[in-house]
Amino acid sequence: MAEEVSRKPYVREITSEWIFRHPRYLRYMVREFSCLFIGGWTLLMVWGLKQLAEGPAAWAAFLECLKSPASIVFHVLALGFATYHSITWFNLTPKALPLQIGEEFVPDAAISGAHFGAWAALSLAVLYFAGAF
Amino acid sequence: MSERVVELEVTRYNPEADKEPHFQRYSVPCREEWVVLDALNHVKENLDATLSYRWSCHMAVCGSCGMMINGEPKLACKSFLRNYQGVIRVEPLAHFPIERDLVTVIDDFMAKLARVRPYLIPKQEKPLGEGEYRQTPAELKRFKQYSMCINCMLCYAACPEYGLIPKYIGPAAIALAHRYNQDSRDGGRDQRQQEIAATEGVWECSFVGACSEVCPEQVDPAGAIQQVKIKSTLDWYMQHLMPWLKK
Repeated sequence: MAEEVSRKPYVREITSEWIFRHPRYLRYMVREFSCLFIGGWTLLMVWGLKQLAEGPAAWAAFLECLKSPASIVFHVLALGFATYHSITWFNLTPKALPLQIGEEFVPDAAISGAHFGAWAALSLAVLYFAGAF
Repeated sequence: MSERVVELEVTRYNPEADKEPHFQRYSVPCREEWVVLDALNHVKENLDATLSYRWSCHMAVCGSCGMMINGEPKLACKSFLRNYQGVIRVEPLAHFPIERDLVTVIDDFMAKLARVRPYLIPKQEKPLGEGEYRQTPAELKRFKQYSMCINCMLCYAACPEYGLIPKYIGPAAIALAHRYNQDSRDGGRDQRQQEIAATEGVWECSFVGACSEVCPEQVDPAGAIQQVKIKSTLDWYMQHLMPWLKK
């Protein structure tokens, strides 16, 4: 029989320092953080719908509110974070949706490219229906 | 042959004497083609025989020498000293308890690996006389990448989810479960789903993607995890919205 060995494993505590251990963790946290702006913007749209339902005066006040400097700063930030969020997620789509045709897998660029293409087409459609062209 | 002296800063922890780990410096005369593991072997053989670390094959096959090198999970046998400047800090793999020096306690991973049943569970057992379970090259390609895992646990050391939520089954175990689920000869998916489609399974993953970045064999565990998420979600819809259809 082997002699009993005394063990005393040392457990290291995890601190929030891991975020700065490598740039990849910071990039990930920025992607997660971008949700706050996207969520905030969505709530703003819900509030806008409520104002629209309440009548022309409320709707006009809402539109006026959107023109404030704070609102413009928020929209610029939200647009930046939403773009980062979309690009980083679309770049990851080949991992989640590999497509095998025959023996070979479709190249990653084709899968993420299809997503970027659909994104552009839908954005153009929204702009078209909003009367931008 | 050129030689330079490399300064190693190595974690030391003696469970019988130390309350907590500390660093010890070693000056190692190194050759151009040496990897970190060669430097550790030099320390062990010439400077300090008490240093403990795991290694075996010295060629990125056995998966034993995973450690943190300058804060990044690496195989010591694949990390060339010439790629590092200044003092090289060598620590045990993050997120695992330290047994002694650079040796970690890996019981948690071993138990999780067993839970996902990482072996072929044939759809129908057939007698040896009926021959082998055959497969086309396309069917092989569906899972081959995930079969390259060497169980080195670098992905666990890179994954902040595993560090924060130790119950998480983790990247390599899920990638290996996925490897067998993708195998045309296998019929064990339902058994594995109980482990990997659970909260402690794929749903703990928030797709940091670090596991795939540090994987020395390009297994891409992050990809496997997202694919399991999609398939598990489809299972749920099939079960709840179209229960009359068999999975």
